[in-house]
This record gives sequence, C-alpha cells and structure tokens, in this order.
Amino acid sequence: MAAQTLYDKLWQSHVVRSEDDGTALIYIDRHLVHEVTSPQAFEGLRLHGRPLWRVSSILATADHNVPTRPVKEIADPISRLQVTTLDQNCAANGITEFAMGDHRQGIVHVIGPEQGATLPGMTVVCGDSHTSTHGAFAALAMGIGTSEVEHVMATQCLISKKARAMLVRVDGDLRPGVTAKDVALAIIGVIGTAGGTGYAIEFGGSAIRALSMEGRMTLCNMAIEAGARNGMVAADDTTIDYLRGRPYAPTAAQWDAAVAVWRTLHSDAGAVFDRTVVLDAATIEPLVTWGTSPEMVTGVNGRVPDPAAESDPVRRQGMEKALAYMDLQPNTPITDIRIDKVFIGSCTNSRIEDLRAAAAVVRGGRVAANVTLALVVPGSGLVKLQAEQEGLHQVFLDAGFEWRNPGCSMCLGMNDDRLSAGERCASTSNRNFEGRQGAGGRTHLVSPQMAAAAALAGHFVDVRTLQH
Amino acid sequence: MQKFQVLNGLVAPLDRANVDTDAIIPKQFLKSIQRAGFGPNLFDAWRYLDVGEPGMDPASRQPNPDFVLNLPRYQGASVLLARENFGCGSSREHAPWALEDFGFRAVIAPSFADIFHNNCYKNGVLPIILPDAVVSQLFEAVEAQPGYRLVVDLAAQQVRLADGTAHGFDIDPFRKYCMLEGLDDIGLTLRHAADITAFEAARKAAQPWLFNGAAQ
Repeated sequence: MAAQTLYDKLWQSHVVRSEDDGTALIYIDRHLVHEVTSPQAFEGLRLHGRPLWRVSSILATADHNVPTRPVKEIADPISRLQVTTLDQNCAANGITEFAMGDHRQGIVHVIGPEQGATLPGMTVVCGDSHTSTHGAFAALAMGIGTSEVEHVMATQCLISKKARAMLVRVDGDLRPGVTAKDVALAIIGVIGTAGGTGYAIEFGGSAIRALSMEGRMTLCNMAIEAGARNGMVAADDTTIDYLRGRPYAPTAAQWDAAVAVWRTLHSDAGAVFDRTVVLDAATIEPLVTWGTSPEMVTGVNGRVPDPAAESDPVRRQGMEKALAYMDLQPNTPITDIRIDKVFIGSCTNSRIEDLRAAAAVVRGGRVAANVTLALVVPGSGLVKLQAEQEGLHQVFLDAGFEWRNPGCSMCLGMNDDRLSAGERCASTSNRNFEGRQGAGGRTHLVSPQMAAAAALAGHFVDVRTLQH
Repeated sequence: MQKFQVLNGLVAPLDRANVDTDAIIPKQFLKSIQRAGFGPNLFDAWRYLDVGEPGMDPASRQPNPDFVLNLPRYQGASVLLARENFGCGSSREHAPWALEDFGFRAVIAPSFADIFHNNCYKNGVLPIILPDAVVSQLFEAVEAQPGYRLVVDLAAQQVRLADGTAHGFDIDPFRKYCMLEGLDDIGLTLRHAADITAFEAARKAAQPWLFNGAAQ
C-alpha cells in the first residue's frame, strides 16, 4: 500500500460513501455544541420533525456568553435567552451538557480534550472555527456552520470533499521563552492567513514532537487563522499519556486496543504532501501582532512595518487601514507600544500550562499603573480548580490581576468582558480583527508569557529580558 | 432555501482584502436565536458611525456616509464584489445569513475562506471565484459605470458582463444541483441512512471506545 499521510488515514477511515465528483459523506464521531451556533440547528430539526441521529456523540457547554464574574444568572436578557435555549435543547434531547455552574463547564475546545471526549482517530466537529484545536490528538477536527451542525445532528455525517495535504515541519528546538503560540504566529507570518485555505495542515518536526498536548492544542487551534480548516499532530506517547484516566477515555482491555490503533496515527515514511513548509525553530522569537490580521506579525524586538515599502497595492492598502485602525506609526519599536488591558485566556491559551507559564513571569511583580485591567480567565472549571490548588490564582491576584470564572470572555466579548473604543490590549487570544474584542478595541496577539510581561511593564517587552 | 438560477444584479464593490466574519456581522448580533433579521447589521461597524447593539431600531442609527453600501448608487445591489480571502475567521453562519438578508445573492472574489465559502451554499448565496485580474477589472468597471450590473447564470456556470464578455466559474456538481433546486441536503443525505447505519455498526464493533457517551 502506498505511504499515507495522517490526513489520508483519518479521511479514509470515515468515508461512508463518495460520489463521482469527490464529494463524500464523512462519519462524525464527536459533536461538540455551544450556545451560539446551535439554536437555529435545533429549531431546524424541530421544524422538519427530524430526530437526532446519535445523542451520545454530543457534548455541550455554554461558553461564549457566560459571565466570568460570579453571578447567579446572566444580566443581559438576550445572552441569557441564548444560554437557556441551549439548556432547554439539551434537556429535551437528552444531551450531556456542562451548563453554567457545573464545575466542568468551560470553553468547548478546552473541555473536550480535558474530558477525553476528543480521542485520536476521531472526527470531531463543532459550530466553531477553532475546532481545529482537537487535531492535536491526531483527530480530524473541523469547524462547521449552523446548517452543518443541523446536518450532523440529523445524519451523523458531514458532506465534504478531501482537502489537499500540507506539512508544516518545525525542526530543531525552540529557544527558552518561545512558545507554541509564537510557532503558530510564525507559521501564519510565513504562509499568510489564506496560506492554508483548501489544505489540511499536519504539524511535524522535532519542535512539534517536543510540545506538550497544551502546546499542540494552541498550535492546531490557530490552523484556522492560517486558513486551514484542519490542523493535526501525529499521536505519540505525549498524546497517550495525556488521555490516560480521562472520563471519556477507554479503560482496561479497551485502552490497550485503542492505544494499538492510536500508534498507527502518523504519516507513513515517504508519504507525499501537496505542500511542505519548513521552519527552523531556533529562528523563532517571541512575536507580537501589530495589525488587524494574524499575519501582521513581527518579533518583539522588531518595528511596526512601513506600508510605503510594500509593492502590492492591495496589501499596502490593507496595511494602511490596519495601522490607522491600530493607531500606530510605521517604524515604531514594538516595545514602545503601551497597553491598556491584558487578557490571558481563550481556547488558544487558557489551559493549565498557559496559566503556569504566565504565573511564572508574574510571580512577585505588579501590574503596571497604566494597565487598567489585567484578566486571567481559565479555560474550564477544572483548569481553574487545578490552578487554585497550585496557588497560581494567588500569584495573579497579588500582582493585581483579576482571577475570573471560565468562558470565552474577552477573546470576542460576547459577555461583558470587552475593550472600549481606542483601548489597546495584549491578548493571548487568536484574532486581532477590527472590533473583535470590543468595538474600536485594538488587539495585539501574544503568548501567555508575553502577555504577563506586558502587564508588568505596561508595554510590550521581550519576556526573556524582563527583570522585576 | 431559495433556488438560485439566473441573477441579473447591481454590483457593489468592497475593495479590501481579508474581510473577516467579525466585520461581516459583529459578535453582539450573534446572540440571536433566529436565522433571519441580520441584514440591518451587515458590516455594522463600517456601515454606521454609532456602535450597534441588538434590538436597536435601524432608523435611529447614524449611517456612515462614506461606506460603500451607503452610497446611493449601490442601493439595491445583489452582487458583492470583494477581494481575496473574503469571509476569513469564524464559522458563524450569521455571515451569509446577513448577506442574504441584506439582499446579496452572489459574492465574487479571487478567493474565499473555506468555512464561509461552504456556509454560503447552504443559504442560497453563491460564492464565485474569478481570477485576480478579472476581479480587478470588475472593480474598475463598477467604479467607472454607475448602475453597473452583471448576470450570474448558475446552470451555465458563467458571469456575463454587459459588453458580452463571459467568465466561467467552477462549482462542485452536488452544490450546483442543491443551489439550482433549492434543496435541503439533510433530506438528500437521509436517503443514504442504511449506508450510515452499516458504517456506524462496523465502526462500533471495531473501535467501541469511540462511542463512549458522557457520564452525566
């Protein structure tokens, strides 16, 4: 048999049937559901009198709208209705939901892996583009729209066409202070936000193999910011060790059988990719975005670029619009950019390793006077509990950070955590689009360490040189 | 879903690359549990000078007179002309819902983000990929000629210009069929229910751990 990529294996093992034009029905093993992209899907099923195909495949939670301050109920009636609609739809259909108040509630892309509900070899879908996160487990994971949410609920399948395969190989070792987030931003800086369009990306190479599961999730999470619907990493001991003992993970004899299958979930030697991109890990430094697209990124020791130096007119115009929105001048050193708020959280960077890394930078320091709000929002109730057991919350609180309850929070500000117009934020989230964190807000994407360092300094600073 | 056959429409140009779904429909409007009613908030942050919130009366808003869709010459447009990587970002289907609710039935661009591209077909909005150079020519033509219209003929897979020029475009046969007929693809997939059941049974026998449900 010809050498196969991991993507080939995952695709092939889920094809229920295929048509002459390559359109295929793909079986879906796990469906994660949240409150924003599901109400219209449930309504569609009701209108057509269609039952759910396999209720046990679904795990639901409320994350986008939930407040991160301790409250009994959501103050905004529109947000509250969306969350209670999810509760009602789950109750009516017998779907497992980690609702507000459940200690397992959290960001859907944090709780799936945390529960072992995401397993190697699975197809995982969710009405959320950051579903690519779950590809860190050698799963075929993709974000879908609401019509597709309804389609999967009704048929357990997705209509899809096979993408092209891209290998992004990061060779060598990351330098201290450089994280999976920097790797993700570096890759997007190289291939662009549309570079992965039409591709499934496998991340490989020694730097990727050395990443923890948290790091791999951060990386796959941002595959979509490179335009790729799927990101994935081969299964190995790191994957298997992470999953052992998780609530949904297999046990006893089934565990051994599962591990034997998982050991095959890698690209074969000699497998052919449609495109290969190679980065040298040693050349990656802590990165900061300066614009309104994740590809607008540079090293912390770099400067805001000058649109006048860009020859392509569409790109130049994009840079000019971005700098105007961000209120930045060309050639400004990144370390001269002062910030108003800091957000440590989101499905990209809210896991225990992220919080540990940020706390290690913060320990003993104080949030700078010009920073009006520094938020830490754990990805789930269980992450929060673990962080508290480790005393991390106290490190943040002592330094002047706020320690909040889990949710998507200021990544997109559907709850009341958001930027005001003109405010500038060092954020560990994934999108620096105009208005993303609040109308008129300005977002700079960074790693948790870099966000923590910026909080203490009041401006961007190379975390490797920070003294406090 | 309404059928898409032949569209003869006024063209509105949105001349910027990487237009993301947060720009197409900002997050505060995603709290709705309805499928309709997003049109008044399409491109909200660009289209209005005040900050929009759900429930506001569109008549009370302050339109941005400089935003292209507010220009009198583009009122009633049903074809949106855009640049590369249109629809990047989130999977929110509210983006094509808003475009459709506003009155757009087709979007022409050199490239689209994958999830947005896919979501369009489910809602009777046809995403058309034309070469960069052709799109640039269209931007020039639309700018130069007020009232610029073109014809999108899905059956023929052609965009036809007033001067007789025709540009072909690609579309998967299955998507084309669903768009032309206005078909619900769930109904089509359920015709293969026996195949799905058989696949599922075999998978469960081989890898039962994939079917572990939740401990409530």
